Amino acid sequence: MIEVHHLSKRYGPVTAVDDVTFRVEPGEILGFLGPNGAGKSTTMRVITGFMPATAGKVVVAGYDVFEQPLEAKRRTGYLPENPPLYPDMTVRDYLTFVGKIKGVARRDLRTRVDEVMKRTWVADMAGRQCSKLSKGYKQRVGLAQAIIHNPDVLVLDEPTAGLDPKQIIETRQLIRELAGSHTIILSTHILPEVSQTCQRVVIINKGRVVAVDTPENLTARLRGAATVHVQVAGPAPDVEEALRAVPGVTRVTSAARPEAPEFEVDSERGLDVRAELAAVVVGRGWRLLELRPVRMSLEDIFLSLTTEETAGAGEAPAPAAEAAHA
Amino acid sequence: MRNILALAEREVKAYFASPIAYIVIGFFALLFGYFFYALLAFFERQSMQMSMGMGPMTMNVNQMLIGPLFMNASVITLFVLPMITMRTYAEEKRSGTIELLLTSPITDWQIILGKFAGAMLLYAAMLAVTLVHMSLLFLYGNPEWKPVATGYLGLLLMGGCFISVGLLISSLTKNQIVAGMVTFAVFLLLWVINWIGGFVGPTAQAVLNHLSITDHLDDFAKGVLDTKHLVYYGSFIAFGLYLTAKSVDSERWRG
Repeated sequence: MIEVHHLSKRYGPVTAVDDVTFRVEPGEILGFLGPNGAGKSTTMRVITGFMPATAGKVVVAGYDVFEQPLEAKRRTGYLPENPPLYPDMTVRDYLTFVGKIKGVARRDLRTRVDEVMKRTWVADMAGRQCSKLSKGYKQRVGLAQAIIHNPDVLVLDEPTAGLDPKQIIETRQLIRELAGSHTIILSTHILPEVSQTCQRVVIINKGRVVAVDTPENLTARLRGAATVHVQVAGPAPDVEEALRAVPGVTRVTSAARPEAPEFEVDSERGLDVRAELAAVVVGRGWRLLELRPVRMSLEDIFLSLTTEETAGAGEAPAPAAEAAHA
Repeated sequence: MRNILALAEREVKAYFASPIAYIVIGFFALLFGYFFYALLAFFERQSMQMSMGMGPMTMNVNQMLIGPLFMNASVITLFVLPMITMRTYAEEKRSGTIELLLTSPITDWQIILGKFAGAMLLYAAMLAVTLVHMSLLFLYGNPEWKPVATGYLGLLLMGGCFISVGLLISSLTKNQIVAGMVTFAVFLLLWVINWIGGFVGPTAQAVLNHLSITDHLDDFAKGVLDTKHLVYYGSFIAFGLYLTAKSVDSERWRG
């Protein structure tokens, strides 16, 4: 439904998105996960036709967004990071206006507006000016605006940002409901969000795709293989041999320095060998100078994502609790 | 067409939902009323003098009252229109609603024409206030209607030029104040551009006169409908809107 081929976007000398390729199958929810500034919003803006790519191509519902922008846009609903509301319009007027420019047929317009208002729980605010809505309602009106023309593809840029825990749960529920009839890309920098809503995850960092997988596989992969950095004061070849003999260790590489050799020890998935390593070194009478786990780049990103969530715990307690489960 | 209408309708609603429309129309009415009174009083005195055999030999309401009134109206327009156009694009960019417009299945031209039509409608509503003054003149005097009609046409066309320039400048910035100030400066320059005509030689003078936005209005106010003025205003508006389209497009590429 959505195909992104070798997409790159440069702003002058800055490369925001670098050779990104992925696809989204019909009816699927794809999570677009990455820290702030990773290129999520830029990618989404290219997919929605807001800005052209520097290189590469994007096909939405069979239409190239650059070659046939109107056809592609007709089939795309987009919720930008900040809901694009006109402050002086009432919710109903606003949705009617959006319906018109999105090409909803005149005779369906009224019922369609009522329908999406009910669906996104904003019907009770129909007569209220957009500027007077709370953040949660603004976000939901933004969502209503994105689905008003019943698009095949929904692009949601951080749909739960700034919502309170109850609203976050409701919004995720709504997104899951929409998934059957729509293909959805949603971006987030919150790790638990993808495991709760998405079937597949694209992790992006510094403009590059780091991994594409299901949330379960990714978590398994991350909990698995581990590398431990060890520094020992002792004879290098002997130490290396001793470390290799520890059960579960798959590989030992040494960065030899005569007086205090350093080693990178890889171990099997799901096995924590740190205790054994320490025991072996100390047992042989060498002195253990350092022993610390080394993270892979993917895990680094994951960690930064989880810590970010925890850091935001003060304002949103519930997602922090979810982080603990995840 | 439906898209353009929807956009124009939203523009007009936005003008009337904010104080802009009321302030613009209100103060325009105040100033125009003042000029109307001043010119009328002057006209009255002159006709009195004429009846006593001291003033000019013939009195013409069109030439001596309505013509100058249109020129005065155009001066007020110069100050007022930047306030109408400054928000058009700048506000959409600041609030992020430009993302909605540019990701909707509508073309840049539809957006531009919608905004242009919206601003023109507000401007026309502003001019409509002066119909009250004009109808008073028709009620108590007997002016010719043709110069009045061409005068209004001239004002509308001149306003169209200003609005197309205003749209262009608003599309270049996120800041409404910057848009308003620059627009005003450009309007004023277009206004006074032929003042230096006497010092720059006959060829340059002809060119400057042709560029001056007011010079063309003169004939309209006198009741002369000349193709060259229509072409001038028409091409001015088209060029302004074309540059706006280019500006919006280049913004898109620069991101």
